[in-house]
Amino acid sequence: MNNKLNLNDLSIRNNWAKTEEADHFSKMLKLYRQNELDPDSFRRFRLQHGAYGTRMTDNYAMVRIKIPAGEIHPEQLIKIAQLSDSFSIGSAHISTRQNIQLHWVVLEDVPEIMLELAKVGLTTREACGNTIRNIMCGPLSGVCANEMFDSTPYALATAKFLLRNPLNQNLPRKFKFNFTCCEKHGMGKIVDVGLVPVINESTECTQYGFKIFLGGGLGNKSYVGHQLEEFTPIEDLLHTSIAVIKIFDRLGNRKNLARNRMRYLVNELGWDEFKNLVLKERTISRVTQSATLSLEIDNNQNLNSIAETFQRVDLDLMMYERWLKTNTIKQKQTNYYSVFVTLEAGDITSNQLRKLAKICATFSKERTMRNGFSQDIVIRWVHLNHLKILYSKLLSVGLANPGALTLASPVGCSGTTSCNLALTNSHRLAKEIQRKLLSLKIDQDDDLKDSTIKISGCPNSCGQHEIATIGFYGGGGRSGKDMYPVYQMSLGGRHDNYARLGTNCIRIPAKNVINTILKIISIFKQDRKPHDTLKSWLDKIVNSRSDTSVRSINDIKKLLLPLTIVPSKNENSDFYSDYGSNDNYHTRTGKGECAA
Amino acid sequence: MCSLKENISHVTLNADTLISKINDRDIRIIDVRSRKDYSQHHIHNSVNLPLLELLSNDSPGHLIKLIQSMGISDDTHVVVYDNTFGALASRLVWNLLYVGHNNVSLLDITYDNWKLLGYDIDSKNVNFGTKIHTLNINNNILSTAEYLEKKINDDNTVIIDNRERLNFLEQHIPGAINIPYKIFASPNKILKPTNELEKIFESRYVDHDAEIITYCGSSGTLSGLAYNALKSIGFENVKLYTHSFKEWKQLQKTIAKQDDANYWDLSAE
Ligand code: SF4
Repeated sequence: MNNKLNLNDLSIRNNWAKTEEADHFSKMLKLYRQNELDPDSFRRFRLQHGAYGTRMTDNYAMVRIKIPAGEIHPEQLIKIAQLSDSFSIGSAHISTRQNIQLHWVVLEDVPEIMLELAKVGLTTREACGNTIRNIMCGPLSGVCANEMFDSTPYALATAKFLLRNPLNQNLPRKFKFNFTCCEKHGMGKIVDVGLVPVINESTECTQYGFKIFLGGGLGNKSYVGHQLEEFTPIEDLLHTSIAVIKIFDRLGNRKNLARNRMRYLVNELGWDEFKNLVLKERTISRVTQSATLSLEIDNNQNLNSIAETFQRVDLDLMMYERWLKTNTIKQKQTNYYSVFVTLEAGDITSNQLRKLAKICATFSKERTMRNGFSQDIVIRWVHLNHLKILYSKLLSVGLANPGALTLASPVGCSGTTSCNLALTNSHRLAKEIQRKLLSLKIDQDDDLKDSTIKISGCPNSCGQHEIATIGFYGGGGRSGKDMYPVYQMSLGGRHDNYARLGTNCIRIPAKNVINTILKIISIFKQDRKPHDTLKSWLDKIVNSRSDTSVRSINDIKKLLLPLTIVPSKNENSDFYSDYGSNDNYHTRTGKGECAA
Repeated sequence: MCSLKENISHVTLNADTLISKINDRDIRIIDVRSRKDYSQHHIHNSVNLPLLELLSNDSPGHLIKLIQSMGISDDTHVVVYDNTFGALASRLVWNLLYVGHNNVSLLDITYDNWKLLGYDIDSKNVNFGTKIHTLNINNNILSTAEYLEKKINDDNTVIIDNRERLNFLEQHIPGAINIPYKIFASPNKILKPTNELEKIFESRYVDHDAEIITYCGSSGTLSGLAYNALKSIGFENVKLYTHSFKEWKQLQKTIAKQDDANYWDLSAE
C-alpha cells in the first residue's frame, strides 16, 4: 500500500506546470510596480497567469489553481496546504469549476506560489482571463453507473492540447469546456462546450464518441446549450473543439464586454447558422490539420492494492448511517463507493487538506481525489469494508458532516469575502443555510434530496444560481435612506439532461432567506402529490404542468409575500447589516475582472 | 566582537553539531517547554527554563539570576529549543541577546523532530553549578510602542507583522507589512535555508540597510522567530516590539484595517 506521502517522490500522471512562468511573472510585476508596464497590460497578464484581483485592494490577489478534469493527487493537496499557511489565510477554497483558490495572497508572493506549485505539477496558467478555462470532468467519470465510458482521458487530453496553445491566448472572452459522465449528472448544457460520452451501436461496429452541446452558459443572461449533431465520434473531438474555438475567436464580440460570451454569438447568428459555420470549419480542420494533430489519450488507470484493515471503529451508528446515506454513491465497480466530503461553501483548512490527503492515500484504490461540481471533494474507489474507518477519520478532522449530496449543501460564490463585484456576502449565507438545514436534519428528507440551493453575490453567476432548484443572487435594497442586503430568488433551475434556468420569483431580504427556504419546503409538503419531490413539484409548476393547488410561481409568490417585508430600522436593525458584519449595509463594488 | 559572518552562522545550530558537543561543559542547552513536559523527557544534558514563566517576569535582572543558576557565564554557548516551531525558543534567544548574552543559538529543529531522528533524550535533571554573568542591556534590539509610533512614517523603517493573514487584515499597526510566521519554516527545520529566506524579504522590497521592527499578537514569540530569521540572513538593524499588538491596542494607538470585505468568512476554522 502506497500511503506514504513524500513531496519529493512524485508519480503524478500529468505535469501542467512550467517553471519559467514564475520568473516571468515576477519580472512583469516589477515592471508594473516601477510604472514601466501600464495597469491594463499587467492586469491582462496577471489574469492569463491565474491571479485575480481582490476586493477593494491592489495589494492582494486570489490565486486560482487549475485542477484539470478535477483530478488531484494527495501530494498536490499537501502542497496547497503549505501554501495556504505561508501565503494565504490558512484555508483554501474549492471552486465550482474544479479549481482550488488561495485568497488574500500578497501579489508579490504569486511567483513563489507558482514555483512551489510547479514542484507538484500544478499550474495557474489560463485559470482566469480571456482563455479556455479549466477543463472540467464529471467527478464520477469512470465510476458512474450510468455512464457509457470514462471521459476522463479525453478531458485530460483536451486540457493538455489547449493549455498554452496559441489558439487560446486572446479569445473575445473566457471559454469553458465540461466533460461529464452521463446526462443525469450533468453540467453539459450550461457551458460553452459540453460533452457527454456516448457509444453508438447502431452502425456495424461499436463507435465511441460524444454528444456535444454548444453555446450554453450562465451569466447576466443565461442560455441552455444546443446539441451540435446526433453523435460526434472521438476522432472528431479535437477537430470539433478547434472549429468551435476558431469560430468564436473570429466572430465573437470583442467590443461589448457584456455580450461577448459565445452564447451571445450563437444567439445573434441563430443556431443553424452557427452550427453550419462550425461544421464547415471542422471540415477544414480535418483536411488541414489531421496529419499533425491528435489528442494524446492515456487510458491507463493505475489502481493500487489497499491493505484490508480490520481495525475496530467505535462510532455513533446513527450519525454514520446518516452520513452514508447522503455522502456516498455506489460505483459501477462492485463493492466500491465514491465518498463526497462535505465542506462549507468549499472552504477547507490547511490541516484538513493534509489529513484528507492522508486519508485518500490510505483508502482510495486510485490514490487520487476529484473536485466535485459543488465546492466539494470526492474520494473514490473506497472499498465497502473501509467506509466506517474512513468515516471515523473524516470525523476526527471535522469533515464528516452529512448532506453533501442533498439540499443541505448549498453553493455560495465568494461574494463580499473577496470579490470586487459582490453586493452581498453570499459565501457566508451559504454556510448559514447549511448549518440551519443540517440542524433540522433536512439532509435526511428523501423528498428534498435531489434539490439544490445555489447563491451568487451579484447578478453574475459564479454561484450558478440559475441552475439551482432554489437559486439566489444578491443586491442592495433601500428603505428610505437605509440600505439592506437582499436576494432575488429563482425556482426550478436544473443542470442535468433537462437543463433549465430557474424562473424568477421574488426579492427577499437577506435575513429572511433561511425562513423563505423553510417556508417553500412547508408549502411543498402541504401541496405535493405522494410521488413528488421538491424538485419534481417545482418542475411541474415552472413548466405550467402543475396538478396541485399551487399552480404557478405567482401562487408561491403570494404565499411568500410576508417574508418580503423589511421591518424598520428601529424595529429590527439586523435586517440592515449583512451576514458576517455588524456595520450598516451599503453596496460597494470595485472594478470587475470578468468574474461573470 | 565576533565578525558578522560568525554571527550569522550562529543564529541556528545544526542538530548534528549539537550532538557532537552535547557533553561539552561550555555549552548549555535550554529547554523552554513547560516543567511537566521537561520532567517527562528532554534533550540529554538540557536545563529547563519554561518560557511562560519567564514572560511573567522578564526583567533583565531576573533573567541574569536565572541563567547564572544554570551555570551560564558570558562565554557559555547557549542553545535553545522548543516543541512548537521555534517561536518560543526564539523569544528566549532574543531575551538573552537583550541582557547581553551574545553567544546563543536556536536549535535548528524542534524537539519532536529531535526525537523522531532518534537523538539522545532522557529525564535526568542536571546541575551545572552557579556562574557569574554580567548584565549588559542591548537597547538596540528592543522597540517600545512609543518608539514604533515615531517610526511609522519613516521611509527607512519597515514594520513587519508576523501574525496570520486574517488577523492582519482585520487590524494592524499602520504601515506594517504582513509576513505570516509560517512562511519561515521549511518542512523539517524551523527556518528555511538562507537563500529562500532572502527571497521572502527581497520580493517585498525589504532592504538590508533598513531598520526593521517585528511584532505579533501579544508576546513577541512569532515575531521573535522573524527576528531570528532576519538575523540569520545578515540583517543587522532588527528590533522586536516585545509587547506587540496586544499592548498597542491597550494603549489605544492608531489601527489600520482592510475595509469593506468579509474575509473572515472564507476561513474554514
Ligand atoms: S462576480 Fe458576483 S457571482 Fe461572481 S463571485 Fe463575484 S459576487 Fe459572486
